[in-house]
Amino acid sequence: MPEPGPIVGTSPIRKEGLAKVTGRAQYVDDITLPGMWYGATVRSTIARGCITSIAYDPAIDWSQFTIVTAADIPGENTIIHLTKDHPCLASENINHPAEPILLLAHPDKNVLHAAVEAVHVTYEDFPGVFTIEDSETGAAGDTSKVVWDHRGHGGSPNTFKTFLMQKGDDPLADSALQAAFQSADFIVEGEYRTGAQEHLYIENNGVIAEAFRAPNGSLDSITVSGSMQCPYYLVHALELVFNLPAEKCRVIQTETGGAFGGKEDFPSVIGSHAALLAMKSGHPVKICYDRAEDLIATTKRHPSRTRHRTAVSRDGKLLAGEIEVAIDGGAYATLSAVVLSRATIHAPGPYHWPHLTVRAKAMATNIAPHGAFRGFGAPQSLFALERHMDKIAKAVGLTPEELRRRNFLATGDHTATGQHLTDPVDMQGLLTRALHESNYHAKRAEFDRTNLTSTIKRGIGFAAFMHGSGFTGSGERRLNSLVKIKITPEGRPCILVSSTEFGQGTNTILSQVCAQTLRIPYDEVLVAQPDTAIVPNSGPTVASRTAMIVGKLVERASESVLATLGLPPHSAPLLSSRSAAEGSASPLDEPSNYTADQFRTTADQFRTTAVAYLAAHGSLTAEARYEAPNNIFWDDDQYKGDAYPTYAWAVYVAEVTVDTLTYIAEVKNFHALQDVGKVIHPILAKGQIEGGVAQGIGYALYEKCVYVDGLMRNNQMTNYIMPTSADLPPIHVHFEETPSIHGPQGAKGIGELPMDGPAPAILNAIEHATGIAFTEIPLLPEDIFERMSCTPVGSNEVGGTEDFKPAIDHDTRVEANA
Amino acid sequence: MTTVHFKINGEEKSVAAPPMKRLLDVLREDLHLTGAKEGCGEGECGSCSILMNGELVNSCLVPILQAEGTHIMTIEGVAHLVEKNEKLHPIQQSFLEKGGAQCGICTPGMILATHYLLDKYPQPTLLQIQEGLAGNLCRCTGYMRIFDAVQQAGRQNLTTGVAE
Amino acid sequence: MRSNVADFTLIAPPTLNATLEILACDSSLYTPIAGGTELMVALSANRLAQKNFLSIKHLTELRFIDATPDAITIGSGTTFTDIRRHAVIATDLPLLNQAASWTGSIANQNRGTLGGNIVNASPAADSPPALLAYDATVTLVSATGTRTIPYRDFHLGYKKTVLRPDELLYSIKIKRNFGGYITYTRKVGTRNAQAISKVALACLALLDNGVVRDIRIGAASLHETPIRCTATEQSILNQPSTPSTIAAARAALATEVRPIDDIRSTAKYRAAVAASLLEEFLRTLSG
Repeated sequence: MPEPGPIVGTSPIRKEGLAKVTGRAQYVDDITLPGMWYGATVRSTIARGCITSIAYDPAIDWSQFTIVTAADIPGENTIIHLTKDHPCLASENINHPAEPILLLAHPDKNVLHAAVEAVHVTYEDFPGVFTIEDSETGAAGDTSKVVWDHRGHGGSPNTFKTFLMQKGDDPLADSALQAAFQSADFIVEGEYRTGAQEHLYIENNGVIAEAFRAPNGSLDSITVSGSMQCPYYLVHALELVFNLPAEKCRVIQTETGGAFGGKEDFPSVIGSHAALLAMKSGHPVKICYDRAEDLIATTKRHPSRTRHRTAVSRDGKLLAGEIEVAIDGGAYATLSAVVLSRATIHAPGPYHWPHLTVRAKAMATNIAPHGAFRGFGAPQSLFALERHMDKIAKAVGLTPEELRRRNFLATGDHTATGQHLTDPVDMQGLLTRALHESNYHAKRAEFDRTNLTSTIKRGIGFAAFMHGSGFTGSGERRLNSLVKIKITPEGRPCILVSSTEFGQGTNTILSQVCAQTLRIPYDEVLVAQPDTAIVPNSGPTVASRTAMIVGKLVERASESVLATLGLPPHSAPLLSSRSAAEGSASPLDEPSNYTADQFRTTADQFRTTAVAYLAAHGSLTAEARYEAPNNIFWDDDQYKGDAYPTYAWAVYVAEVTVDTLTYIAEVKNFHALQDVGKVIHPILAKGQIEGGVAQGIGYALYEKCVYVDGLMRNNQMTNYIMPTSADLPPIHVHFEETPSIHGPQGAKGIGELPMDGPAPAILNAIEHATGIAFTEIPLLPEDIFERMSCTPVGSNEVGGTEDFKPAIDHDTRVEANA
Repeated sequence: MTTVHFKINGEEKSVAAPPMKRLLDVLREDLHLTGAKEGCGEGECGSCSILMNGELVNSCLVPILQAEGTHIMTIEGVAHLVEKNEKLHPIQQSFLEKGGAQCGICTPGMILATHYLLDKYPQPTLLQIQEGLAGNLCRCTGYMRIFDAVQQAGRQNLTTGVAE
Repeated sequence: MRSNVADFTLIAPPTLNATLEILACDSSLYTPIAGGTELMVALSANRLAQKNFLSIKHLTELRFIDATPDAITIGSGTTFTDIRRHAVIATDLPLLNQAASWTGSIANQNRGTLGGNIVNASPAADSPPALLAYDATVTLVSATGTRTIPYRDFHLGYKKTVLRPDELLYSIKIKRNFGGYITYTRKVGTRNAQAISKVALACLALLDNGVVRDIRIGAASLHETPIRCTATEQSILNQPSTPSTIAAARAALATEVRPIDDIRSTAKYRAAVAASLLEEFLRTLSG
């Protein structure tokens, strides 16, 4: 028996770690089924238009292939997310580059690419809409630029969704707001933009589908296995495409090599495609994209434009604000409405706004649909806000620190949605500690001094922010998540959830919570593979909800197991010799303080009791369903109330250099301080923060999707630049652990938070270093150059824009007969 | 088709394949050694890293004919059997303990890159680690836990005196 | 993997002579492949026009570093790792050692060869600026003989070189007479490691009483080929490195570079940063 030890708050080895370090973990592309074929996708070569013809090159023997078009779809030609505007396969209209038109399958994957190239599609080509501004022109009445037909999908032309969030009670809110602007000492305006960002999970999207027929030959059921975050989302998509009941659409998550939101909505597309090919070919069909296809075809983070207009008093109090958030949703609605919702609610940040109006909209363009990505709208609006706060500080004549201190939310305050912050909130304390940990004041003074004479300018800046844990608004009520714990014949608990492991540690932390509650060693707990034939719907693995929401359900289901077995509840003293009162067990009785012997005792006791129970009753499965806390209420119509059960709060500090010879900005040191409630697994938690900060550094300084006519042209890892191990600074992670009643042992969400802070902290630091207020990310050396260098480059006309063909890679292109 | 002979994880193998077939595909399809992954197909991400004659290489860039006569080590050959029990290599153990693996897709390549690094520098400095692993992209960790794991494995070299 | 590998052939003649014989018979048939760090990428992306390849990776005749008191000769099949590990190169040819360390990743350095880097003829390649600055000569070999030419004459245009289809690049030779030279090299890439150059310079200068008596400047990503910046050199030669020399040099550089906008950077940025790097180098000569 492995040496037992304390559980929650410690760092046991991750559940699937051994499989991962030995190379045995089976990702979808590692799996081959008997008789399996391979699938590929024929995609549009234009951004917007109509298909006029499809021809099959006679050089190919098409009888060897299975070909699926929209006409083969037995159910509805739609990929369901929030509405049905998104076709599974384009049949007439094309709305973005690389839109799927038809599907091919063949037993030999080596012949597929040539076959894809041999399907010749002709189009009537319409001019595309590729920017928020162009889309707005369409929304304002230019019908030639209307690229999204809202009829039947809510919204309005080119506009997937709008939100109006107002602090206070309308109709008084608006007049009070205007009055505040009229009496303000300062009005500060700013516009901020963020670019698309690719998830760049190292494992591309991929699935294997099987179709099963009834004895009469009709389609009976579909099974899809693959890389994904949300098995039940795919079940729902398959139900519509195949016109089958949910129980006939089985989805199994395989080991997933990174996701970050990129495998939240997209598996519904690739999963439906592979299943159509499986249905028609009569074979299991695998589709695994290569990197180039994954980059042009799958979702990216929504680009955004945020405008701030802020009324401020002489002493630096925020009096009123108007914020306009616009995000580019791409060609179809997908999840844009909920991304927009999180962007809207996070737009005011961790500040008290006496009066505030946020107007937000998600716009349509002829770009592949943008989708979920870690942070889900919050990084966009928090980037704008935290850059704007530095601008306000400058305008008012306060330090960035002092301005924020005068406006922070605190315990008992109300957010812009009217949420009463009952959990302790200590932004002042977080800021003090973050600035201390990073030696902010001394460094700021030092850099001010040394920058006068150095060609390498140094700067330090910070961002203060929060991230709501769990689904927005009434989302958790609607999800109605269910968790089960089944006792195996050996008397061990097995957690049954659809919550998926993709690196963040789902399996591990849920096992810790279960073990802690049952007072058994972590290694005793099993986690079932997410297979919708076996596991209940515990909701999607998104929105920083797994630790808090699902973890709490695991805790409750575990308590139910104890109750059924007649074992004392979690909070009660364990050993009969102890005399602590119920509900206030002495620290010695916490499992985290158990000795190895005590653990063995409790583990043996649990197994013995469980096996005896099974002998008497046959089986034991305990369950827990989400129950919204009585004091949490959200009004969807008024867009008011408790937007999230609770928030994680954070202050991040970035230290940068900007080389005035090369215009390269680099992050040299990074401190990330956050209050995420109880830290369940310190090593995993640090890993989450560090990984998120690294992604945030990439978002700020490296990662640019280069679009030409709506198509990503740098669709290679060589040209989409993410940070390597040689590009990142030391990332110092600090936690405060103010427990929340909403999560197990006081845990809150953690996964998305670290994406929010780095970009504004870095650009604030760059402003400190250079004196230039950059307002847009990604901020590449070329952008810094454009701003810093006002002198002409020389008398010679070098290069010239006539050479601009980003698609051409002059450096690595290999030509024939070189 | 060409028949190519090589030693893989200590075992002699011969494979008949088109000579330009990528070593990565031979490992995964012909030998069913799926530990090496394809992340990019252009030698950029390092998730297909293996050791060939002791040198770290991207197996997606090696035509199988060029593997003729070589000794190849993949992730499947890093751990050893000790009396029928698997004994993890200290690098694998360190990755487990220090949180060096998150989603795990880069992990086989990262462990082989670490293996190669520690062969050269048994107790590497942070700079040596950063350079040595720069060809292995990880999107989950921000590399910090990986640095920790490599340093712990290096410290074990110090105590055992081996850089195996 | 977008190519069908069944459509391609690869042979590996046992010796250099056998290889050259095959190229002599029908040089249009075969394309040599060494470390594969370029061609295999093109294979995966289905960008290879050629179907028949001839492996030279295993030819030990091409993988050597020969250091005599006068010169260092490097076989074209020498890997970047070989170069980085060579003590004499480290001391005598620091620009080349540095360029090797900048090339791709460690795994790419273990496979990629100096010859491949030259023959692939990317304007952004890492080793050419150093080789241009050192005024290397290259020896080309075919079944009918060898010829040795200055490396600066090797590149004819974008991805075009003097190498005949029946020839292989055999070796690269650099004289060991840079003892008193001041060296400077800097690469500005898309990131710190595993990056392709946006701009790179490799420079050598010999000073005599503060006057520049010899100067060589090699550059990457500023032209359709790697270039030696001769006009810039002329503007500095026999001058002290003063602000006016630097200004003249910057102006001269602008006349001879032709950077472009592409997927990684802009022409304006490249030109400006090249001038900044040049100035940084020249300031080190002002002593």
